[in-house]
Amino acid sequence: MAEASEVRPQPGQSAAALELGGLRAKKPRTLWSDALRQFRKHHLAVAGVFVLAFLTIATLVGPLIWTEDMALIDFSQSTEGVSLDHPMGTDDLGRDIFARILWGGRISLAVGVAAMAVAILLGTMIGAIAGFFGGFMDSLLMRFTDMFISLPSLPLLLLTIYLFRDTLRDKIGPNLGPFVLIVALIGVTNWMPVARLVRASFLSVKEKEFIEAASCIGATRSSIMFKHIMPNVLGPVIVAATLAVGAAIITESTLSFLGLGFPPDVPTWGQLLNTSVNFMQIAPHMVIFPALMIFLAVLSINYVGDGLRDALDPRKTTG
Amino acid sequence: MGQYIIRRVITAVPTLVLISMVIFSILALAPGDPLSDLALNPSVPPEVRQRIRENLGLEDPIPVQYGKWAKSLFTGEFGYSYRTRAPVIDLIKQRLPTTLYISGLAFLVSVLIAIPIGVLSAVKQYSVFDNVATTLAFIGFSLPTFCTGLLFILLFTIRLDWFPSIYRSTVDGEGLSGLWERIRQAIMPITVLALFQAATLIRFVRASMLENVHQDYVRTARSKGLTERSVITRHALRNALIPVVTIIALSLPGVITGAVVTEQIFRVPGMGELLISSIRNNDTPVVMTITFLFSILVVFFNLVADVIYGILDPRIKYG
Repeated sequence: MAEASEVRPQPGQSAAALELGGLRAKKPRTLWSDALRQFRKHHLAVAGVFVLAFLTIATLVGPLIWTEDMALIDFSQSTEGVSLDHPMGTDDLGRDIFARILWGGRISLAVGVAAMAVAILLGTMIGAIAGFFGGFMDSLLMRFTDMFISLPSLPLLLLTIYLFRDTLRDKIGPNLGPFVLIVALIGVTNWMPVARLVRASFLSVKEKEFIEAASCIGATRSSIMFKHIMPNVLGPVIVAATLAVGAAIITESTLSFLGLGFPPDVPTWGQLLNTSVNFMQIAPHMVIFPALMIFLAVLSINYVGDGLRDALDPRKTTG
Repeated sequence: MGQYIIRRVITAVPTLVLISMVIFSILALAPGDPLSDLALNPSVPPEVRQRIRENLGLEDPIPVQYGKWAKSLFTGEFGYSYRTRAPVIDLIKQRLPTTLYISGLAFLVSVLIAIPIGVLSAVKQYSVFDNVATTLAFIGFSLPTFCTGLLFILLFTIRLDWFPSIYRSTVDGEGLSGLWERIRQAIMPITVLALFQAATLIRFVRASMLENVHQDYVRTARSKGLTERSVITRHALRNALIPVVTIIALSLPGVITGAVVTEQIFRVPGMGELLISSIRNNDTPVVMTITFLFSILVVFFNLVADVIYGILDPRIKYG
């Protein structure tokens, strides 16, 4: 780009050539910068990014600033409403809800991201293998996917967690045990849409001329799969990944709400709602704040996913 | 057509067998013993416990246990509850009508809400109505049912005292007042389920309608001089509903399993409530039967969706 900066009017140069020089001075537009530009137009999605960033930072840094002990039991302050000392009130045992929300957010968000990673990894692998190799492998893997789609996920999740929770807690630890179990289960019950998506994209991309060209110049199978096809499939996978985080957060809070997620002393947002049910009459703030957090997190994730879908769709014209 | 249906039914059978294997192996792999309560009972000596185990077939090799279980499942023999000693089928017969009544009505309400709103939203794209409807739909499916349920109880039971928060299977009162009592207690569970379902459906109806209203045949219908109403309802809507009907059929099992959460919130004595309490009580036969029944529902409605799609869309080849 060094020559571009030297563009200046010279005698004998036509106006068109000047124009071209001006164009060259501009930074080249890439796929990602186009996507970013498109994404910025979706105001709610941008707002979603900010809310999410705020929630993440608050849950990560918050407990360092808001040093109120989330496990401090004080019956003299039980089920108190909103006050300066307790911005979100206290629960039935007099514990500060704000501190618990901050801690719980860490776990809820971590479960969401980790479960998404499991689902995306599984789904992409299975979808890529099915779409790339085709034939017998494809029909076998797709049968497998269909079978997983037919599993009733919520009852199975409840059943598996109930049966395996105690063993894992003894083996891995009281906090890590449920975390690993819940993340793995949510991942294992959510990879199917991704697998179908990736397979469909692989099937259509692998017939394109540039893949033929790549194999003509002697690219290996794995290089075709990962370097040539995969980047073309990335867009839909990113969108699916975003939405999967939201779905995983909902599933985790549903499980905790039903009392089959994290143990009662781990304050995930669903768990906070679970304890609040018995005190709704006297302490509505115990319901409102955790519900609000789940809603805010999931809503902003869904808006970000929506924005990404618009931005990464190559059929959409970018302006 | 008949052949197509038969082939689809036949392919559903291995899926069901596989699902039953998955459910069975989760249980077989799980730690925990249905007779663990007896182990704590000093009046039951270990050899008696061993004899009970043998009688119950718990000492058989796993494949034999699976064979027995599968055979009795297909003959409609679901065994006895460990807890109440009642036949599982009787327990389910007691609970099933409530669940079907609640989720069926919720389902109906959601379809009745979603189709007109989705259609109007698409016809008046980018209007105020469309913006409000899509935003509300977005909020609706970002808000999990247990959040809406609890917020509804806070507002309508505790604040306004319009509806009871607990669903009772035995309602006192005769005649009209008793009937009103019965309707009144069902309103909140049904609304909560229906709103979530409607939110998802609205997006599908709108998207499907949008795909159709810009097509040539709709322009033809307009240029023939038909009224706008007839263009929309008799031409565009008919075609737009084809994918929607499939989605509706596919989402029905989701509504029924979604009732697990709603039943828990409003203490509705249905299948979901039975599932949760059986899981807590280590009542394996009941848990397995309910999970398997939910799977049958999913497989069945997948089948229904496929067949309906085949009937409605003549472009589908019965290959």
